[in-house]
Amino acid sequence: MSPECLIVAAVLLPLISAALVVACHQRPNLRETVTLVSGGLLLAIVGRLTGSVDARPAINLVDVIPGSIDQAAIAIGFHAEPLGLLFALVASGLWIATSVYSIGYMRSHGEQHQTRFFCCFAVAIGAVMGIAFARNLLTLFLFYEVLTLSTYPLVTHHGSEAAKRAGRTYLGILMGTSIVGLLLAILWTWQLAGTLEFKAGGILDGHVDPLTAGLLLALFAFGTGKAALMPLHRWLPAAMVAPTPVSALLHAVAVVKAGVFTILKVGVYIFGIDLLGRGGSSVWLMYVAAATLLSASLVALTRDNLKERLAYSTISQLAYIVLGMSLATKSSVIGGGMHIVMHACGKITLFFCAGAILVGAHKTRVSQLDGLGRKMPWTFAAFTIAALSVIGLPPMGGCWSKWLLALGTVEMGQWPLLAVLMISSLLNVAYLMPIPLRAFFREPPETDDESPGTGEAPLACVIPLCLTAAGCVVLFFCADPIYQFLSSITWK
Amino acid sequence: MNLEQLPILQVILPLLAAPCCLLLRRSRLAWGFAVLVSCSSLLIAATQLHIIHHSASGSISYEIGGWAAPWGIEYRLDRLGGLVLLVLTAIAAVTLSVARRLLQEEVPEERHHLFFATFLLCLAGLSGIVSTGDLFNVFVFLEIASLSSYVLISMGRSRRALVAAFQYLVMGTIGSTFILIGIGLAYMMTGTLNMADLAQRLTMTLDSVYAEGASIENPALPVNQTRTILAAFAFLTVGLALKLALFPLHAWLPNAYATAPTVVSTFLAGTSTKVAYYVLLRVTFTIFGLAFTFGQVGLQFLLTPLAIMAILVASTIAIYQGDIRRILAYSSVAQIGYLVLGLSFATQAGLTAGIVHLFNHALMKSGLFLVVGCIATRQAGLTLESIRGLGRRMPLTMAAFVVGGLGLIGVPLTSGFISKWLLVSAALESGRWLVAVLVVTGSLLAVVYVWRVVEAAYFLEPDDKTTSEPHDAPAGLLAAAWVLLGATLVFGIYTDLPVGVAREAAASLMGVGS
Amino acid sequence: MGLFNYWTVIVLMMVGFYTVIARNNLIKTMIGLGIFQVSVFMLYISMGKIADGTAPIRVQPSAGHEAIYSNPLPHVLILTAIVVGVATTALGLALIIRIREAYGSIEEDEILEMDRNS
Repeated sequence: MSPECLIVAAVLLPLISAALVVACHQRPNLRETVTLVSGGLLLAIVGRLTGSVDARPAINLVDVIPGSIDQAAIAIGFHAEPLGLLFALVASGLWIATSVYSIGYMRSHGEQHQTRFFCCFAVAIGAVMGIAFARNLLTLFLFYEVLTLSTYPLVTHHGSEAAKRAGRTYLGILMGTSIVGLLLAILWTWQLAGTLEFKAGGILDGHVDPLTAGLLLALFAFGTGKAALMPLHRWLPAAMVAPTPVSALLHAVAVVKAGVFTILKVGVYIFGIDLLGRGGSSVWLMYVAAATLLSASLVALTRDNLKERLAYSTISQLAYIVLGMSLATKSSVIGGGMHIVMHACGKITLFFCAGAILVGAHKTRVSQLDGLGRKMPWTFAAFTIAALSVIGLPPMGGCWSKWLLALGTVEMGQWPLLAVLMISSLLNVAYLMPIPLRAFFREPPETDDESPGTGEAPLACVIPLCLTAAGCVVLFFCADPIYQFLSSITWK
Repeated sequence: MNLEQLPILQVILPLLAAPCCLLLRRSRLAWGFAVLVSCSSLLIAATQLHIIHHSASGSISYEIGGWAAPWGIEYRLDRLGGLVLLVLTAIAAVTLSVARRLLQEEVPEERHHLFFATFLLCLAGLSGIVSTGDLFNVFVFLEIASLSSYVLISMGRSRRALVAAFQYLVMGTIGSTFILIGIGLAYMMTGTLNMADLAQRLTMTLDSVYAEGASIENPALPVNQTRTILAAFAFLTVGLALKLALFPLHAWLPNAYATAPTVVSTFLAGTSTKVAYYVLLRVTFTIFGLAFTFGQVGLQFLLTPLAIMAILVASTIAIYQGDIRRILAYSSVAQIGYLVLGLSFATQAGLTAGIVHLFNHALMKSGLFLVVGCIATRQAGLTLESIRGLGRRMPLTMAAFVVGGLGLIGVPLTSGFISKWLLVSAALESGRWLVAVLVVTGSLLAVVYVWRVVEAAYFLEPDDKTTSEPHDAPAGLLAAAWVLLGATLVFGIYTDLPVGVAREAAASLMGVGS
Repeated sequence: MGLFNYWTVIVLMMVGFYTVIARNNLIKTMIGLGIFQVSVFMLYISMGKIADGTAPIRVQPSAGHEAIYSNPLPHVLILTAIVVGVATTALGLALIIRIREAYGSIEEDEILEMDRNS
């Protein structure tokens, strides 16, 4: 198959798989096979695309806004470029891990509406592929909205009053920001540049003055609610009512990364880092990101609910990526792109562990974890590794992206931001490390012996989390290929 | 076949078919006949649009009885009219084809033939408004359409329908009398009723329009500078705003749509206000001309705020409604705001957006009301409480509702997105920043009112779980709803037809005006 | 006194309009609506009339002077409008009968009250 067809196939495959999942709703085993097989296929497709990325294959499907005499048509179209491909690779790879994990989790938890769950999950992955391969802003916006809508049923999965309230927050913020901010920003871009294509070096250069660029960037940054920049972060902790696999893949990887990916892609291919670096239009965004980064870490410290603490940690880590974009140097942008991978691997492991703890020991709070490490050694070992990666310590993958980001701040001479990065790392230690420490080194409470949960979660849960934890270590050694892969995005 | 006769056939076919329906008496016969007529109308409309779109002049002209305009009555159809006719007849055909099933719950069988006769009259009236090039004809057809729609609405199941129909009758008659006054005043100053002729004479000077020897105070004054013409335009605008249900003259619409038989709401929601919008476009751009309406009178200072108020206020009211039909009706008032907003920009992009939205919203809203009809065949209640858990009981029906609802919000891949895109970019193009922001804010309100329905249907448990078996609406009905809502998806992706035609229609409207 | 007709039209129009708005009784509303419409009929007829004009019937050219005709078109137009007005009134009255059967009242506020309570 030609690379162009492969791209279309990558977007369509999860959608087809969603239809098949619905068709097989009477036979759970077949249904799960469908999910796993399409996960494998998707990874293979995306993997094959990496070979042809240098040629930048691109394809237009259909003109949605017909062209007129003075304006070009806007099509739904896809292309493959390193940043998007990397994102697609991460999402599709982790989809397999999550699928295995979800099967274990959903079954041992006896969840309702599993078909709806797997179907929406597949649609969400399809939307992520669409975002990753989007050739222009319209296509990106389209799949961005599909992603919001397809994850809504997952957030409200339990159907409880709390879930519904969370669903409203989720939809309200994500949809609201995208319609008011992102759509307006896209239309404005169209007015300014006359095109919406992602082009190396940006399309806005020469069309805007720094002030306009700053305003437009603000619309993009706050319009992308999925990037969870404060004060638009409320939806992410709210979304934690969803089943853990959802939180793991979607709210640590796919959805939130779709947000920061959008911002990165807009920064690199719409504004162009030259324009941003030259005009100083993104300086304000650095400080917003830095503020988000610090305050989310501080909030995370105060949260006792494990998933909620991880959610705030995610908000903080996302701000790293936005910071990387707004610094607009080569190393910071690549660092931001790399952080998508590194953080994805680390955070999904942490969420897997949180879910495993819920399934295995029925615990949701940090304060209940005392001594649990002895019963669930694998889970907590994986947790420790992933936590170290998120903090950014060698020999875990997370250290490279943070290193590049720090390098970016130095290149730009933004010393206060360097300090922020350092302080934040310390805060990461403060809110993540107590969890394994409690589990391993504190005595379990006496009364807890009779609790039903003893030992590890089912194998289907434990294996994926061990794999992703191992991935964190492996990534430490793969940093150079990723760097090389991404380095072409900053060329003109 | 002689295609030259199509413009008159478009009107005369349903007009003559209506009394025939009366003679048929049997419900099934009358229905079959009405469906046949409406499908032929659709065919005629499609052929006409095809001819217009491929002709050099971009319009068809037909002289009734062979009397040349401006003495005789001329039927004139351009791209705009062709597009409106297509939507109108398509919705009529789809609605009529399922009307018998929907009527079973709502109108006693022995009155069905009366219903179909009135329905065809309404179709004839609406087609006539669009087809004719004579201003007084517009009034006559407007009254045919209005009178028949009062009757149609009064056939609703609850007695509230009678009151709603009466209120509509009073408001509607005031509106059309205003239009009549406006037409009379314009005729007084120009001595013609033909739209094209009228447009020409309005820009001439008084002495060139009047007979020689008439004593005129200020002979060099152009006709459209006189106070009489100003009054004529004011009467026409207010009258049309009433028919159009433009905020704050919308009071008749929610009651009428919420109490009428669902067939009628389906048909009227997609057509009657759209046709009124068409007349407003004609009056503002073709007859009075851009320079007069926007340059001299300053219509934009009236319409832009009203349109924005319509969007924001009506959407907000929709949020607080408990009945789905009322939610949809208030949403209609809000969508009319979008239409008028496009008009009020007085730019080609704005007009394009308005015309495209006319097309898209007609399909969406008719489809949504048809879904309501589907629900009504299975249960009596249409409040948010009574549709709880309906997503599981009627999965395909509610899925159709979700598609339509997403269209109202303007989610990509639905046609609603295209119209919103065009509208906002038109606003940005002409530097109306605040308007652009307010329009997207309006979509946010749409998210809320649509989502209240979706949440009730999918995420709330019904009070009694006795009827939890999946039991969708009858297949034919469901198919009809999906045809309309499926069309909104198709036109959300393949936008060449509506956008292409609308662009050229807008260009010709602007061209005549400038 | 040349504009006498038009003043009458305006007065009638306002009387009719006021009645429609201010009256609760549905029959009175219909009466107001009728007066409102009639005022427009008068407007049309007035505009067709020319001082000393005759009915538009061709006179013998031998009469020595050109005849001045009144414009017949407004009369024709208004004939149509009168038909429409009659239809509207008939329909309105029919609706009032049905409303009376259904509610037992033709006072608008009482009817709205009943709707609110049911």
